[in-house]
Parts: sequence; C-alpha cells; structure tokens
Amino acid sequence: MLVSGIKSRPVYPGLSPDPNARRNLIVCDRAGAEAVVELVARAGEDFVKRASVILVADDASSEEAAALQKKLDPVHVEVACSLDAAIAQLREILSGASMGLRLYAAGSEPLIGSVVQAGAENFIDPLSVRTEHRGSLMRRVQCVHCKGMTENVVTNPVKCAHCGLLLLVRDHYSRRLAAFQGVCINAEDPSDSPEPKVEFQ
Amino acid sequence: MVIAFKNETFRDDFTFSNSPAAIRRFPFPFHEDKYMYSVNIEPHVPGPKGSVYEFPIDIDEHYVSEMRDRELVLKADPGRCQALPHMMTAQWDMLELLMTSMARDYPEHFSLTQDGDRWHWINRPLGIDQKFTFGDVKTLPYEPMEYIGRQCQGDFSIQDQRDGQLWMDAGIITTQADWSLDFDIGMNFFEWHGPVPLAHQAGVFDRALKFLLNLQHGRPVRRLNWTMTINPRLDTSPENYHKWGVDRTTVTPENVGDKVHLRVELQGLWRLPRSNTILFSIRCYMIKMRELVTVPKWGRRLPRVLRTLPPELVDYKGLTRYRDTTLEWLSKYDDGAPTTLGCGPD
Ligand code: HEM
Repeated sequence: MLVSGIKSRPVYPGLSPDPNARRNLIVCDRAGAEAVVELVARAGEDFVKRASVILVADDASSEEAAALQKKLDPVHVEVACSLDAAIAQLREILSGASMGLRLYAAGSEPLIGSVVQAGAENFIDPLSVRTEHRGSLMRRVQCVHCKGMTENVVTNPVKCAHCGLLLLVRDHYSRRLAAFQGVCINAEDPSDSPEPKVEFQ
Repeated sequence: MVIAFKNETFRDDFTFSNSPAAIRRFPFPFHEDKYMYSVNIEPHVPGPKGSVYEFPIDIDEHYVSEMRDRELVLKADPGRCQALPHMMTAQWDMLELLMTSMARDYPEHFSLTQDGDRWHWINRPLGIDQKFTFGDVKTLPYEPMEYIGRQCQGDFSIQDQRDGQLWMDAGIITTQADWSLDFDIGMNFFEWHGPVPLAHQAGVFDRALKFLLNLQHGRPVRRLNWTMTINPRLDTSPENYHKWGVDRTTVTPENVGDKVHLRVELQGLWRLPRSNTILFSIRCYMIKMRELVTVPKWGRRLPRVLRTLPPELVDYKGLTRYRDTTLEWLSKYDDGAPTTLGCGPD
C-alpha cells in the first residue's frame, strides 16, 4: 500500500496578495501569523485597508495574542479561541459575502484544510485559496473504518480516537473531508502492534 | 438466451463458483507472459457471441446473487452510494443507458417501455415492475443512480468534466478493490489515482486523462484491470479491511486452488449525453485458481506474470503474503512451453 508520495497530498504555494480583491479575508494560527506579517509587509496599503484576520489563538495567553495583534497592525484582527470557533466565524462571513472576496489560510494543515473546506461549501474554488503551511506538521486523520476524525495527530501509526483501531496514516488526502486517510495497520496480523513514532511534529 | 442464475454467496460460507461456460468466457487480462501498467484503452465495441464483450453491459450467472450482496453492503453502509447535488442529470443519463442496454440485449430478463417521459421497467430476475416518470425523482424508490445500480452488476462512478479535469462526483461502489468512494468523492483524476505506484511517473495518467476528456458520446471505450482476492469476497473495501485483511494470511499449499482468486475488472467508459459527464463501470469477475488452470494457456501464463511482477505492484495489490505459496501451487501447471499471444484460451 502506497503510504507517502501520493498525489492527492495538497501543495501550499505560499501567501501572495491579490491586488484585485475587494476584500482579503485571512485565517491563521500563531505559527501562520508570521507568514501573514510577511504578507502584510510585502503588500501595499490598498491591500491592508481591505484585509482582516481571524487569528486562532488556541492556548496562547492574552498577552501573546495581543502581541501578535500588534505585529499585524494596522490589519484588523479578530481573535478566536479555537480552530472550530474560527471556522464558525468564517462560515458566517462567507454565507453573507459578496463577489471579490479572496480567502487566505496560513498555519497548520488542519487549519488550511478547514478554511478550504468552508470556502468550498460556499462555492469558492479550493485552488483559489492562497495557502501557506507554517508550524506543526500535525494532521487531521479520518479512520476509513468508523469514519471518525482524530485531531492533532503527530504519530504514525495512531490509535483512532473513536473505534480504537491502530491506524496507518497515509498521504492520501481528501479536500472535502479536510483529512488524511487512516487505515488499520495490523488488519492482516492483529498480533503485530507497531510502536507509534512521532512523524508529524 | 435465458441465463440460469446461481444462488451463491460472496461472504461467510463463500459458495461462489463459476460454471464451465463462465470459466471459458472469463476476461483473462494478460496478453503476454508479463504485466506492467499502460494506457490499455480500446473501443468498447461488441465482441464475439457469448463473450463478456458481446454486449455493452454484461449480465451473467452471478447476477442475482451479486445484487443480493450489494443490498447487504448498502444496508450496512449507505455511504457506499453517494452523489453530489449537481449530478442529478447525470444520474438520469446513467439510468437511461443501463435500462436501454439491458432491455435491448437481455429481452428475456428485462423490458423497458418508453412513452415520452412515462417509462415502464420490468426486471424479471429480481421481480421488479416499476412505472415512473423519467426526470422525476419522486416517482422512484431511490435516486436514479442507486435505483439502477441496485439492479446492474458492476460498480459505477460518474465523473463530471470541468476545468480540463474529471471529478468523481457520484458513485455506487460495493465491490471495490480496496478504495473508498466516501473518501474519494469530489476528487479529480490525479487525486483519486494518487495511491497508484509507478503509473504517474510513467505518464500513464496524463495520457489517459487527455484521452478521456475527448471521449465522444456513442463511442464508449474499455480497459481491463486486475488484482487478486482471497475467498470470493466482493466487498474488499477499505472500510471493512480490518475484517477481511486477515484472509490474506490463511493461504496454504492445500487451499490455494479454492481460496485464491484472480479478480478482473472490465472497466467501461461512456460519455453521457445530457450531462456531458463520463460513466465509469467497474465490472468485477472472479475466478478460482482451480478453475483458472482448467485452461492450459492461463495455467502457464499466470505464474509467469506473478513471478515477474514489479515489486511495487505486488505491494500495491496486496499480494505479498500469499504470492509465493500461490506461485508454488501454480508452477505445476507451467511446463515451460511457449504461450500464444492474446488473452483468450487456445
Ligand atoms: C474516469 C474513470 C476512472 C476512475 C473513476 C478510476 C478510478 C480508480 C480508482 C478509485 C483506483 C484505485 C486507487 C486507489 O488505490 O485508491 C484506480 C486504480 C487504477 N487506475 Fe483508474 N480510474 C479511471 C480510469 C482509469 C484509466 C482510463 C486508466 C488508464 C490507464 C486507469 C488506470 C488505473 C490503474 C493502472 C490503477 C491501479 C490498479 C491496480 O494496480 O490494481 N484508470 N482507478
């Protein structure tokens, strides 16, 4: 079974400003915020005026979040406490958005995947989303057996958080699910339980 | 011709087997003593009488039992049949193609009367008599793809064509060789083929896609694909791999003949007229090693193919654990004599 080198694995070309967008909506986490800072520095004033950021702060202290906000100044920043909260906010904006909105995502793959997914649900072409991967290599993994999602996966194999099967994490990636595929690693020999190794840190 | 449908199973007690006639018509996929991926696409034109190519949609002795197995799979996992919302026109296209083919080519078993949009479909083997309005979903018990998919051998997926790509946006897939519709739906040609080794680098998928984008209505094409399966199990899905994977460790020199199956997919591709989508059929044929070696040419050729198969393909097709045992069993049927070119029996 092919595990790596699979073509469905997305590529993230890096953030670049869209000078023609009427609105630039950026979602990032703390690691991705660095890429956004660079983007803002590169882009002109026009871009900045039309840009806003949803920052996933996760477990950052309020000082840390404030420091990031300051770095992104003068772009307007909304702080979301979790990825789920950020995506909920994004969905709300997209459902009421008009033409000319450009979507950006920077940070971990689950973040980028969730942004692309929310965009697709609102008829935004996944390839039109400008993306940059920064920080952790952790993955969201769907168990092909029970269909449950396991979040923030850093090891391979990984135990499914739902059915408990030991899953081989493949590079096969579904944009619709925003997840990599996990397949039972010891189906052919249940007595063989390979030790999980950190692979996606 | 009236087909005598067998009553058999593809799970639990695995009573599936082929009649001598079914063995003779088996679509053996190797035209020479070795195998590698290629763009093996040819026009899907009528073949010899009695062959699997005689009609565009082949119905055989396993029909009724296969449909029963499909019903069991769908009951346990409705996600095996899915269609994105924009695929409804394509679903009707598919229903039309299958119903008209089946009724035309197997009039003893199926009939279709069309009076404008008012259609009357009779499926005698499955005891179905359905009047419905073509184009009106409410007049059928399922959406059109599922309705006809539950009555036709073979898995089906439908590909939308946009932006110079094909997108797998619908399918009814219950007899798959280890890939997941639920995972792959919405992917493009390169993405769903992502897990296939070697072929991308060899340019096979670039050329195949280019060809398919120009596929014309009324000029379907076909190709053969193959793998091997332990026990005549139709549902070798990744969803259930944790249940059937262990089968691969059960092959012994004594049971190779009955347990090990060559599994061949006759894949047809049709441009559908209203939706401009492409219908892809994956018609699965299985044959036991014991049955296969009753054709001397196949008994000679298969071990030669298996012995020289590129290691990447051995791994991808999941043959690793039982290839050697199978080869050993098969080798007594290979006397080293030269084989003739072409797939069919001599
Ligand atoms: C549009 C129609 C087609 C569909 C929906 C389709 C679908 C698939 C899928 C789902 C797989 C399994 C991938 C996995 O391991 O997850 C596969 C395998 C493969 N496909 Fe296709 N395919 C299509 C057309 C073609 C064509 C025209 C070619 C011609 C070269 C081709 C060549 C292959 C090959 C070589 C494999 C590997 C099979 C094996 O070794 O068992 N496919 N295909």
